[in-house]
Parts: sequence; structure tokens; C-alpha cells
Amino acid sequence: MKTFLTAILTEADYQPVRLLSLLRKIQAQYRHIPAEAIDYLAEALQIPRTQIIAVVEFYSFLHLTPQGRYDILISDSITDRMLDKENLLGYLSSMLKVNPGEVRADGLVSLNNTSCTGMCDQGPAGLVNGLPLTRLDRPRIDQIAASIERQLPVSEWPDYLFAVNDNIYKAGLLLNAPIAKGAAITGAFNRGLAATLAELDRSGLRGRGGAGFKTAAKWRFCAEETAEHHYVVCNADEGEPGTFKDRVLLNSHADQVFEGMTLAAAIIGAKQGFLYLRGEYLHLFDKLQAVLQQRRADGLLGENILDLGLDFDIEICLGAGAYICGEESALIESLEGKPGIPRNRPPYPVTSGYLNQPTVVNNVETFLAAAKIAVQGGDWFAGFGTDKSAGSKILSICGDCARPGIYEYPFGVNIEQILADCGATDVLGVQIGGPSGTFISNKEFKRQLAFEDLATGGSFIVFNDSRNVLDIVQNFTHFFAHESCGFCTPCRVGTSLLKKQLDKIIDGHGSAGDVVELESLCQLVKSHSHCGLGQTAANPILTTLQRYPDLYQKRLKNISYEPGFDLDGALETARRMARRNDAGAHLSQVED
Amino acid sequence: MTGTINIDGQNIPFEDGQTIIEAATAAGVYIPHLCHQPGYTPHGSCKLCTVKVNGRNCSACTFPASEGQTVINNSAELEQDRRRITQMLFVEGNHLCPSCEKSGNCQLQGVAYHLNMLDNHYPHFYAHREMDASHPDILIDHNRCIFCNLCVRASKEKDGKNVFGIAGRGINKRLIVNSPSGQLKDSDIAVDDCAAHICPTGAILIKRTGYQVPIGQRIYDHQHISEVALAQEGPHGQD
Repeated sequence: MKTFLTAILTEADYQPVRLLSLLRKIQAQYRHIPAEAIDYLAEALQIPRTQIIAVVEFYSFLHLTPQGRYDILISDSITDRMLDKENLLGYLSSMLKVNPGEVRADGLVSLNNTSCTGMCDQGPAGLVNGLPLTRLDRPRIDQIAASIERQLPVSEWPDYLFAVNDNIYKAGLLLNAPIAKGAAITGAFNRGLAATLAELDRSGLRGRGGAGFKTAAKWRFCAEETAEHHYVVCNADEGEPGTFKDRVLLNSHADQVFEGMTLAAAIIGAKQGFLYLRGEYLHLFDKLQAVLQQRRADGLLGENILDLGLDFDIEICLGAGAYICGEESALIESLEGKPGIPRNRPPYPVTSGYLNQPTVVNNVETFLAAAKIAVQGGDWFAGFGTDKSAGSKILSICGDCARPGIYEYPFGVNIEQILADCGATDVLGVQIGGPSGTFISNKEFKRQLAFEDLATGGSFIVFNDSRNVLDIVQNFTHFFAHESCGFCTPCRVGTSLLKKQLDKIIDGHGSAGDVVELESLCQLVKSHSHCGLGQTAANPILTTLQRYPDLYQKRLKNISYEPGFDLDGALETARRMARRNDAGAHLSQVED
Repeated sequence: MTGTINIDGQNIPFEDGQTIIEAATAAGVYIPHLCHQPGYTPHGSCKLCTVKVNGRNCSACTFPASEGQTVINNSAELEQDRRRITQMLFVEGNHLCPSCEKSGNCQLQGVAYHLNMLDNHYPHFYAHREMDASHPDILIDHNRCIFCNLCVRASKEKDGKNVFGIAGRGINKRLIVNSPSGQLKDSDIAVDDCAAHICPTGAILIKRTGYQVPIGQRIYDHQHISEVALAQEGPHGQD
């Protein structure tokens, strides 16, 4: 083990900021993080052992106890569930003879659920040793189980199991015409960097991650900060369930994304950039490294880029299963080798980001758009969309529709149009912007996709009228409780309380005051949480409670008081011990 | 540079770099808090000190005071929300005040009194938490940990050690000890370390001192936490 650790430490230049990447390598090698490795890393990196344990326990893909040699995770997003995921998981579990959440006694295989893996257009999906499995069905599961029992290395499994398609159904102003390599950099320098920033300003481009901060303003604030270093970070941690457009952009348009980052570097004065790639997209890692290598060979990265006197390079950092790292300050913490806990703000990353230096963090799509704007100019971009939402938005559409995939629209498009294009019929409602966004009913399809109406980071999940709204809300509410970082009280405790309270109602144990209580808990979590996760965790409940109050009320028992548990069920152990099952050994929930 | 902010109608001076809670405390205005302690890096996790700054909820312990801010600290709405947040802390762990030797000296209890908390409101989690009685002089009862991070900061910032850390995610957060066995006895903590005394609840206790002051004669048995906090939080904590 020591040889292995020394080798990876040398490769990481003994830098504590690379802790997460080191731990990923140890996990892959030993299927867990052995205590011996923790002690060794603590010594070698001069960091407390508690920091290492904290990181291991924070990220879902790292473990203190050994996982199977084949570690299988099944995506538990609502769209996977709509594609019969629960039954398939049961089948997989029976084929592999291991329960979800467990490691088989012989150590060969472990099985568990995981949050959305970003394959919602080709689910049900999963991961085996970090690599994506798509379009799971019984024949594929038979193939997987057979490969495991034969102990066939994952690299020798049939390719079709791992096929990931782009599924671009509608290309718009960005996807239709990618820029030529280097065009944004030369364009920006020919025009002048200040003038290019002015073009970006004129374009009206706002952050594509969902929050919609003006990109030019962010870059300007960062550029104006005096500091030893400036950094550019591309946020490719798209963890919002139902979002997968960044996966496609990085698969097919990585050059333009990297060029956008290089443009930002030139404008803010950064020499170093990072692509923070969610762990679920491990399959893209080698391909992206090759793109970076080619750009270095082409003089588009590294020292003196295109002889323009610009020095800039990009490092790819992989996440390890934590939705919260999509929050920009949590992402920065993660880049620094720490648990992804959002920072207190102010200061904002533009003044104090990575290693407390001024840092621009933008979404993949923002960099893609910025690069194109540097070539085409601001007016071109501002010519599309609405007054407040310029340009286009790339959507990841999934759920109940004939053609799930990628669609690019100018902002301002109405929902009806989108639903027609993707082949959705008998629609009950649409979740826009993922669980943290808004659920709209079929009475609202004239509404527009735009920051001023329905904002989205790209997630667009369609539900037809065979779906149960409460099932959807339950899946989302459990998701947030699972992904809460646990830093602040209202989110740490509140998201778990929301889960309990919602389950109580859905399971039929709710009574008169329980919906009111649910709503007031929602408001508390929303208004007091530390970051966007907690502030939006109650949205699935709030947005559906507003539209379908009856669905909640109908689940309540028509009595003034109902215990939060099954009273008679709780007596089961006592009955077993007393060997009794007569009427006197049973209690009714309420007085008849 | 100095300036003025307004808290609940009262003009309060601040110095550049002060947080809202620092300015308030200096002016004799109490804002409920648990994870905040003067002299320690602000943490902002318990959210009890939430105030409305120009209409927006902010943590008073981390949010910088700046000229002209209108701050609401006392309102029925905030008091209700703070009571709920305190109740969350009570149901998350296992806080059995009558049998806890910190009773009467416990800031969590003191804040609950202050907020007129009369029940736990939320369903209990009944979390399974361990005790660590391995150390000859110091006891950790994880049932009472509220993840305020004060012991972590105390060990690092005051004692120059790194005895504590917080691991886990979400509701599974846990306090961990920096020693090969994970037990306190194998760490380099000493009984007079700040980290051994800073705990606002009864999670970290000094052994054999629990009942030297009888219940009924303890800090919050007779004094309001707001008075105690304002009197103490000039120089240092209660020790």
C-alpha cells in the first residue's frame, strides 16, 4: 500500500488541495479508504486525520468500509423510477444475491441507490465502478449479473451496456454552429479584452446554472480585485435531478467550453483554471483530458497561448457524489480538498474564492455561450430571447415524452411548444428547473421559459396524467434530505423533518393539522437555511401544495388526532414475545 | 472607520470589520446564539442569530455590519422561528435535561428558556449516539452534540491542536476525535484545554465536577441567558 500511496502522492505533488482526487484513487484501488491510508495521508499532507475522515464521510462515493469488487449504484431519480427502476433494482438484487445498501458476504459485489446520475434520457441508469450503465432492463441485468459471476473485468463487459448517446433533438444558436478552435481567443484579442468584456455585457448573458447572475458583471468584479492569483472554475457538477445537458456539452463541445474558460482567464487575469466534473461523469474524464492535451499541442492552452502572451491551463477535478458541490462556494471547498460545505457570504467567490483568491465560477453552458459571443459579438446574442433573458437555453428534457434529450430554445419559448416538440401527450405537469425549481400544472403551459417567468438550469421533467404527484414530491423531498450537507440546523434537521412529515401524510398517518404543520416547516427551512439547497428543498412540497391542496388533504384521516406511527404494528414484537394474537393483544389506532 | 446601524429602532455604532452580533453585543443588545463565541472565527451554522437585515434573513454572527442597515432582531416572527430552530436541535439529539449534569449551565437550555420553549414540537429522531468515557478527565456524550463546531475551533485556534472534527453528512453528522483509535484518551487533549470547556451543551464535560454546584444554584437557574451573555461576552467565555 505504501508504494501505491507514495506514487499517487508524488503525482499529486503532495498538495493537500488534491485530497479528494487522492481519495478517489485509493477508493478505486482498495474499494474503501483503509485506516492505514488515512494515517499515511495525514502525515504526508500534514493535515489532521479528522479532515480526511470528514471528506470520506461527506462524499457518497468514498467509504470507510470495503465495497464490492463490483460496486453497483442504481440511479434513484424520479425518471428512473418512472421507468420501472424499483422492480429492476429488486431483480438485480435477487440475481446478485445482495440487498441494496449491502456488500455481498464474499465481497464480490455491492449494490446501492444513488442520486440522479445524469442519464435521465436513457434510463433507468446506474454506475458500475463509477462507469455509467444505461437503458437498464432485464436482459441487460442478466448480462451484468453473468459478467460479475464470471468475474469479468468491467473493461471487458460488452460496450452496449455503457453506451451514452447525446440525443440532441433541437439545436439552436449555440449547438447549431460551434466556433472554430481558437476563434474566441483571437476574436477577443483582436477586438481588445476590455471591448470584449463590453460585448459580453451587451449580450446580456446571464449565468446558465439557474441563478442568472450577469456574466460580464461577475467577470468584471473578479478582474477588478487585486490579488496574487485569479482563478477560473467551470462548474460541471450538474447534480440537479433531470439535468444532463452539461454531459452532452462536454462530450461534444468541450473545446468551446474550454475556450470560454480561456477567454475568462484572459479577461480576469487567471493563469489556472479548473473543470469540476461530477463524479458520475467519470466516463468523460479521459476524453476531456485528451481534448486539453490537444489544445496544449495546438497552442491554445499553456504558456503564451497563440503568441498572445497569455498563460493559462486547466486541470480537471472529479467530484465524488455530493449534489451540494454544485453550489459555487461548496464546489470551491471541494476543490480545496474539503467537504463541500457552502461558505458564509460575503465574501463572494469573485473576491475570495479558491484559496481565498478572486475566482470566477460559471456553468458549462455559460462558458460555451461566452466563447461564441466573443466571436459573434453581443448584439448577435441579445437579438435572441427576451429583454431580461437574452439568448438561448439548452434544456435536458426527460420523463413522459416520446423523445427525451437535448433541446435548445431562445428564451421566451412557451411550455406548450416545448411539450409538442418532445412528443409529450396527456401531460399532468412539468417540473421545471429540477426538484429545486417549480412544478407547474397543465393549466400553466402558456408560461414562458425565462428568468422573469420560469427559470431553469436546464432540467425539464415531464409527467403524464398516470403519475401521482405525491410520489414525485416524496422522491424529491427524500433527495434533499439525503443531499443536505448538514452544516446548518434548519436544513440538516429541517430536511429530515420534512421527509418524516411528508411520509407521515403519504402513509396515511396524518390528521387535521398535519398539512398546516408541513407548510410551516417548509417556510422555516426555506427562509432560514444557509444556502440554496435548504432554501429550495421545500419547493417540491410548496409548489404542489399550492396547486393540488386536495391531494394532500385527501390523505389525512378525518380525526383530530392521529399518532405518527402504526400503533398496532408497534405491538407486533410484544405479541410475538407473549405468543398472543387474540383481540386483546391488538389496539385500534383510534377509539371506534 | 465607524458607522451606525439600526437594530429594532435603536441606533448602534459599529467599527469597520465588525459583524452585526459584535456591534449589538458591544451596545448591550442580545441576539440569541449558540455556535457564536467572541474571539472565535464566526461559523454561522446554528442559525439562531438570524436577523432581518434590510428585509433579508442573515446570520448576525457572520454578516458584516455596514452603514445604514436596518436590522430587526426582536419580532414575533423571528422569535417563533428561533424557537422552532431550537426545538430542532432538541429533537435531533437526545437532550434529557433533568438527568444531564450540565442542566442549569447549558446554553441550549438557557436559549430555550429565553425563547419560552415549552415543548419539543417536532417528533424525536431518537438518534443512536455513543458516549466516549475513555479519557480519565473528560467525557464526551454525543447525545448532546449540536455540531456548533466550537470545540473544533477551540482546539485549533486556542489550543494549537486539532483534537476535534465534524464528519458525516446531513442528519448523520457526527463529532469525531483526532486519534488513531478515534477515542479521546488517545488524542492529545488536556483537561485545561479551551476545547474541553467550550461546549455550550453537555456534550463535552469535565469528569467529577458535575455536581459541585447544586442544581438550583447554577448560571441559568437565576439569570437570563441574555444578561449572562452580555456580561460575559466582552473578554472570553464562561471559564
